[in-house]
Amino acid sequence: MSDEFESRGAEGSGESFRTPGIIASRLDDAIGWARKYSIFQYPFVTACCGMEFMSTAGSHYDLDRFGAGFPRFSPRQADVLMVVGTVSHKIAPILKRIYEQMAEPKWVVAFGVCTCTGGFYDDYATVQGIDTIVPVDLYIPGCPPRPENVLQGLMLLQDKIQKQGRHPKPGTLRPPVR
Amino acid sequence: MMTEKDFPDAGFDTVQLVPKAQAREALSFLKNELGFNVLVDHTAADLSKWPEAKEGRFELTWRLMKLDPKTGLVERRLALKTRVAEGEDGPPSSKDLWPNADWAEREVWDMFGVKPSDNPSIKRLLLYEEFKGHPLRKDYPIAKRQPLVEPMAAPRERIDPKELRPKLVDS
Repeated sequence: MSDEFESRGAEGSGESFRTPGIIASRLDDAIGWARKYSIFQYPFVTACCGMEFMSTAGSHYDLDRFGAGFPRFSPRQADVLMVVGTVSHKIAPILKRIYEQMAEPKWVVAFGVCTCTGGFYDDYATVQGIDTIVPVDLYIPGCPPRPENVLQGLMLLQDKIQKQGRHPKPGTLRPPVR
Repeated sequence: MMTEKDFPDAGFDTVQLVPKAQAREALSFLKNELGFNVLVDHTAADLSKWPEAKEGRFELTWRLMKLDPKTGLVERRLALKTRVAEGEDGPPSSKDLWPNADWAEREVWDMFGVKPSDNPSIKRLLLYEEFKGHPLRKDYPIAKRQPLVEPMAAPRERIDPKELRPKLVDS
């Protein structure tokens, strides 16, 4: 640690960083905590659910207070793939490629009923649930889901990330650690 | 030779059926002589479950509109229809009359498999090149899927059901 950093802390807060202090935690818990509050999401927005996603991400509902307000438009820098809207067979290879480009650890959210099951588009053009293409960690149903619904889903995802520890296996659900 | 009397104005929803051989001539007459300057839509229908299918399985429709260039108000509307038998090409392309007909014709080819007779190498508009068949035909199997990505097993086969335990944040 540089001298500058230490002296600023001493001046600003009246406390010195030299004061010894210890935080005890399990490494799994600490990493889970850090990950769940720094979700960089990749919004894969294809259809009308995007409006509700924007509403959730906007200031009124404010995704940022969960640490998830920072969209990365490069899959290589993203942790959570938010698949928002109907996925057709034509765009499915692109979705799979983006998923494969993301670095571990990564999570996938199926946002809206079309991504969960295909919704009412039971037809030639639509993928009947993106979990037939990529492993999904969280399903948020609704057509479209209300922002409150999305926020609850996000909290469930944070819960999941917290409990997964250091080495989450993509697409698997683990029993909660009690 | 067509005259204005061939296309009487029967109000807002005038529909006129012409034989396929005359369709192209009728369209160009409507555009150039009667001033239908907007092609609202060009589409098709598969009549194979209807008695009209005897005259040709597919019904092509051009929805036309005549806008006054000065005021922008609608003066007239007309739907021109023609029947095309299975395996036959439609009338020649009308993209020289209305540029937006190009994509509409490609969509008709994509969904119904009817192409303009002067465009044998027409490409699909909406679906992917690997797609076989034309999905809006009545004989396309309704449950047939042509995925580009091989589907994985459903999660219920992939995941141990014991792991699918409901979890709530607050409780």
